[in-house]
Formats: sequence, C-alpha cells, structure tokens
Amino acid sequence: MTFDTVAYASGSPDAEQPWAELGLKHNEYEQIREILGRRPTGAELAMYSVMWSEHCSYKSSKVHLKQFGDKAPPSDALLVGIGEQAGVVDVGQGYAVTFKVESHNHPSYVEPYQGAATGIGGIVRDIIAMGARPVAVMDPLRFGAADHPDTKRVLPGVVAGIGGYGNCLGLPNIGGEVVFDPCYQGNPLVNALCVGVMRHEDIHLAKAAGVGNKVILYGARTGGDGIGGASILASETFDDAKPSKRPSVQVGDPFQEKLLIECTLEAFHEDLVVGIQDLGAAGLSCATSELASNGTGGMRVELDVVPLRDATLSPEEILMSESQERMCAVVEPAKVDRFLAICEKWDVTATVIGEVTDGDRLEIYWHGEQIVDVPPRTVAHDGPVYERPMARPGWLDALRADDAAKLPRPADGDGLRAQVLRLVGSPNQADKSWITSQYDRFVLGNTVLAQPEDSGMIRIDEETGLGVALATDGNGRYAKLDPYAGAQLALAESYRNVAATGARPLAVTDCLNFPSPEDPAGMWQFAEACRGLADACRTLGTPVTGGNVSLYNQTGDQPIHPTPVVGVLGVIDDVARRTPMAFAQEGQLLYLLGETKEELGGSAWSQVVHEHLGGLPPAVDLERERLLAEILISASRDGMIDAAHDLSDGGLVQAVVESCLKGGHGARLVVPETLEPAVFLFSESQGRAVVAVPRSEEMRFTDMCGARGLPATRIGVVDGDAVELQGHFGIPLAELRETYERTIPELFA
Amino acid sequence: MARVVVDVMLKPEILDPQGQAVQRALPRLGFAGIADVRQGKRFELEVEGPVDDAALDQINTMAETFLANTVIEDFTVRVEEVAHRGEAK
Repeated sequence: MTFDTVAYASGSPDAEQPWAELGLKHNEYEQIREILGRRPTGAELAMYSVMWSEHCSYKSSKVHLKQFGDKAPPSDALLVGIGEQAGVVDVGQGYAVTFKVESHNHPSYVEPYQGAATGIGGIVRDIIAMGARPVAVMDPLRFGAADHPDTKRVLPGVVAGIGGYGNCLGLPNIGGEVVFDPCYQGNPLVNALCVGVMRHEDIHLAKAAGVGNKVILYGARTGGDGIGGASILASETFDDAKPSKRPSVQVGDPFQEKLLIECTLEAFHEDLVVGIQDLGAAGLSCATSELASNGTGGMRVELDVVPLRDATLSPEEILMSESQERMCAVVEPAKVDRFLAICEKWDVTATVIGEVTDGDRLEIYWHGEQIVDVPPRTVAHDGPVYERPMARPGWLDALRADDAAKLPRPADGDGLRAQVLRLVGSPNQADKSWITSQYDRFVLGNTVLAQPEDSGMIRIDEETGLGVALATDGNGRYAKLDPYAGAQLALAESYRNVAATGARPLAVTDCLNFPSPEDPAGMWQFAEACRGLADACRTLGTPVTGGNVSLYNQTGDQPIHPTPVVGVLGVIDDVARRTPMAFAQEGQLLYLLGETKEELGGSAWSQVVHEHLGGLPPAVDLERERLLAEILISASRDGMIDAAHDLSDGGLVQAVVESCLKGGHGARLVVPETLEPAVFLFSESQGRAVVAVPRSEEMRFTDMCGARGLPATRIGVVDGDAVELQGHFGIPLAELRETYERTIPELFA
Repeated sequence: MARVVVDVMLKPEILDPQGQAVQRALPRLGFAGIADVRQGKRFELEVEGPVDDAALDQINTMAETFLANTVIEDFTVRVEEVAHRGEAK
C-alpha cells in the first residue's frame, strides 16, 4: 500500500489532488498550499477539508456569531464563556452547571434511529469533556407534515433512537419540543441538549500544554464511520482497490459511552488530565489540531498505533473517521500509568498515540514516515472566514402584508368551540406523551419536572433542594415572518418557560438551524436572527454560553423556515418551591398576566384553521418579559400561586386546556369586556402567563402585580369538569382529553 | 417446498456493538483465538410454489425494503432445498 508523505509531497508539487471532491473551494486549496509552502499530503488535505467545512469552521457564520461575545451582558454567573466545548454557569452553593444544544439533522434524515442516537452521544461527550457529570438530556425536534408518509419513517426512528441511547445511558430526558411543518419534510431538525453538573474546582478546559505530556486516545476503536469524503481521497488518489464506498452513517454504542462517562470522571476526580476533548465531527483531525492549537502548538502523533476496527483503513480515513464513543486526553507522563489503569478498570481501550512537543507544528507519522506537518492553528482556528452576501428576501414584504387580521374569526359559540377542538387536536398542539413516554424521564431520581411542564427541572443537591430548570423553544413560523424578532421570541418563550416554574433564568445556549448561507436570503435571515438574539440576550442579562450552527438545511432549493432554537437555563434555590402547570385545586382563581392584543400573525390558530402564514409575528417586549419573570419567581418563592403556565403557540385556550387536563379540573372563563372572544382565546401576544391563585393569596398577589406595574386580569376560576367560556360554549374535559390525546398515537403508533 | 434464506449483516465498516460484546465475552468464558465477531440476522422464508425468477425478485425487493436496512446493512438471498419434514427416514 502506498501513501503520501510530506517528503513526497514536497517533491511532487503538480500531483492532482481531489480538493473539489472533498468540498474545498479552489481559493481554499490555494490557501492551504500557501500556508504549507507546498502541496498538502493526502492526510493534510483530509484534515483541512473536514476542519474547514462549514460544520467545523463556522466560516459563514463566524462574523455574525461574534456578537454573542461582543454584546454579552455582564454576568457574575458565567464561569466559562463561549468558545469552549460548552459554557459553564455558577448556580451557587459551589455548584456549576454546563449545558449545550447541538444539531444532528442530516444524519437523522438518512438513518433516523442511529442519527438521533449518536446525536445524544455527541452532546453527552461535550459535557463530560468539561468535567461535568451529565444529569439530563432534552430534544427539540422538527418534522415534516404529520400525515406525510415519510414522517412515519423518520419520527418513530428518531424517537426510538433518542430513547434507545438516552435510556441505556441512564439519563432522564426532561423536555424539548416536537413541531410539524411541511418545510421540514426533506430536512428534519433533530437537536439534542445535555446538561451536566460539577463542583467549581472541577472545571476543565481542552488544551495540550506541557512538553512531554502524552496524548491518549481512549474509547471505541476507530472504524470507517462517517467518512464519505475520505473514500474519495482514498479510492481516487491512492488505492483504487478499496472496498465499497464508506457509509456516512455512524452506529452508536451507549454502553461504551456509559463506560466513557465513568472512566473520564474518575480520571478528572484524581486530577490526572491536563486537557481533554471528545471526538465528534472530524474525529482525530479535530481533536489533535484543537488540543494542540489550544496549547502551545507542538504535538507529535503516531497514527499507526490507533486501534482499528477495520485494518484496511488508510491514514486519511483514520484522521477523518467519525467513529463514536472516543475521547482524547493529554496526561502528564508520571500519571499515564494511573490513567491507563482506570481505563482498564472500566474496560475502555486506551492507547498513547503521541506527545506534546516544544515546537509549534502538529506532526503526524504513519509507520515512521511523516504524513502531516502543519501549524495546528491554521487547521483548527484560523480557517477561512466569509462575509457572504446578504439580501432581504424579495418575497418578505408580500408575506408580511398578508395580514392574519383579515382571516375570518368565528362570531358564535359553536364556531369558537369547533375551532378550539381543532386547535387542541392538531398535531402541533396535541399531547406528545406517546413520544415522551418512550424516554426515561425519571431515572436517577432527581427529576422534579419533565414534559409536558413548561420546563424540565432537575434537583442537584438533595440536602438543600438546589435545582436547575431548562426549556428549549423556537418558532420557525415567527422567524420566517421576521428573523430578528423570531430569534428574540424564541428566547422570550424559553425564558418565560423557565420563570413559569419558579426558576431564575441565567444563561442561554442556541442551535441555529438555517438554510444555505450561499443564498443571500438565507444568509440575511441568519444574520438578522443572530443580531436579534444577541440584542435580546443583552437586554435580559442572559449570556449565550455556546451552541451550534447548522446550515444548508434545505431540500433542493426548498429552504426550511429559519429556525433558531434557544435553550435557557435557570436556577431555583429549592425545588420544593417550584410551580407546576396543573390546575389541581377547585375554586382557585385564574389570573391572566400581561396584555392581550390582536396578534394572530404566525399563530397556531392561523395555521390550523386557515393554513395561513403571513403578517407580523407578535410584538417583542423584553422589559415586560423580565417583569413577568420576576413576578412569577417571587410568587413561586412566597407561595402565592399554585400553578402557572406560559402562553405561547395556541394562545390562552391552549394553555388553559393543558393545565386543566393535567390537573383533572375544569375552568370557567369570562372574556374581558375589551376583547373579542377569538382574540382572547387564540392571540399569541407575548409576555403572558396564566396562574392559579388560592383565594387566601389573591389580595397579596394582585397587590404585588399592581405595585410592580404588571397587568393582571381575573379571567375565571378552576371549577367543574369542563372548560367553559361563559356565554359562548363549554367543552367537557373528557371530550378535550380524547381530542388532545388521540392525534399522535393515531398517526404514529 | 423450497426455502429461501435471507442473511442480513451490518455492512463491514459499520460498528457492531452486539458482535463486540460477544467477542469480549469469549476469552472470559475460556474460548481463545477468536479475532472478531460479527452478528447478523437470518430469515428463513418458506415459499409456496416454485422458486422462480419472479419469486426471487419479490424476495429481493422484500429484503431490500423491509428485512434489511440497506443504509447500514447488506443482505444475501439464496435458495435452500429442504428435506420434507415429517417423512420417515
């Protein structure tokens, strides 16, 4: 077998190289030649091509993502900010929490089960690489039309994959979203969030400092997973007798991952590691170049000692392989034996593959021959950066002029009643427990709240009751109408969801799912969303700690709705003080907090009843969101409310129905005099929540709202076994439950 | 009656956690000398009527669309003559 060495490359400047097939542009290939002063070897070309891909280099998004750092609000809570594998937030009592959301969209469309499963695996490794113990996962999911045949292939596979991997790891899945829209038909969005907990002193950053320190690869053996690109390199350039084209699908092994968690945390606990990095996209190319680049720069790796699952792999393929459940650690020589002993105890394969050197080059050898000699920063951090052309889409004005206010609204009770039932039974609004009950939600015994609550909540200290709450939200329909506002609305909803459970919002992670950056309209949407989110994070005082960008989400020339998904982390001093969503006590008073305006653009009502998307999304008022959150948190802490539910898609009636069904009690509602019934029920005005107040607390609660200037309107009472809008209609709970719970099992079970 | 056997195996480059688990167990149980284990599925289809090209075509389609997940698995189809069961030797 022949392979390309640095020496050979220096002497053969004109050799043809498959840079285009590997996804590099001509100017990028020229840039690599300029950096190296010669043509790259096959192995170097492999590394640059994967590391300079959009996915790894953020080359189109970087100029916009900068704002999240530049505009970050001052925050005492942030221990590790954006740029590390995951941000770390101080939650008090010596505890720190790390959390991050990532996308696994494309793999999940090709092979739903394994794509979604390995998405969980990847985000969990990001968390353990920070030295934290994973305590929960969440999954924001978006699929094509619920009744489309391909959705029946994708959704059950994705859900089973998330359940299969997460349940085997023993991690509770405490929330997320499931949204259907035809725009995601050929391009579902499968995002995964993981949250981990550690003590302050246990925070670890990925870097390779200290000459002579050993580089240890541990975990699964390396196979030909996920290296579609490398096969081009291997088969067309070096060895035509290669076996079949390598698949781009990776298969995960959660039991191996569980061992990695325990093994890694034990090594951290004994203070054995200088730096650590998980192997995700771009595998060893990424881990070695990033570790070296974050350290002093020098590293020497013997690639032929990497344990292989398939002995026929070429060095290029080994560098690009995305085999799952692997990690890379930098360990001082004196601690190597102990590190390897821990790996052996957990039955984890571990191999010293190299060491930190005093130079500033990453050098990789294959059976004694040098095949890579590069400055690691040029691979890992100083890749190409593009200021891509942007243009406000030409269709936007027409779309926004197509106002939802002109859609006919029912005038009588029967009409309203029928539309409420349609809304509640629509796939997006219907009960998702057929999906979430396939996930283990309560394993580990610390889950305080899980779906369908406004946010998931996990207790992190059994003695004091300290806990964290997490919510993820995103509304592609809003963002399509206005990407700047859409991103802010995603943050506002997530923030509100956390506050509704009584937790104080602290920090943000985001997964920005967008179409092609090479289309000026898509790039404009992305830029607007980044600007909107960064501005809103500054106003709300919740910094972005990290996240992920997923571009090229489209099928042919059909782009998805721009879909920024925002996760908010909050802290609650004592989880016993949480506020649930269920209306559980007859006779309690229902108050609507905030103001209701006629805002139906992009609403669930306009989608379900009229199949309409147009007009403007609801107005953003971040000061109001902050005030609402303060009231919800105070009321929770002081025991003034027994239930709270945030108002978002579907409006007031959706929230009331959910809280009634969860608590098993009905509600009698009265339409405020100033509002039209349909607007009262279906408007999606922001900065609102519905709360259940015990009669004994009514005065204290309304006084607090009055003193702080938050509108609070008494709209009814928890009562009976129907949801009744006085003078208009009533729907028995049994009928609502049947409608709400039937839809998803009928489609997918 | 003819039997058609469809063997489904994960593609060679796809990780096989089950096969690996078996392989790791072997030395613990005292079985030495096995370098690798891959685990697959075997379907035995008892065909009514003759196994002609049309029947095999249909079985191939069945294997490709239902029995195997061809994104990650390969399959082979072969005809196996079976002794008539229940007959005296």
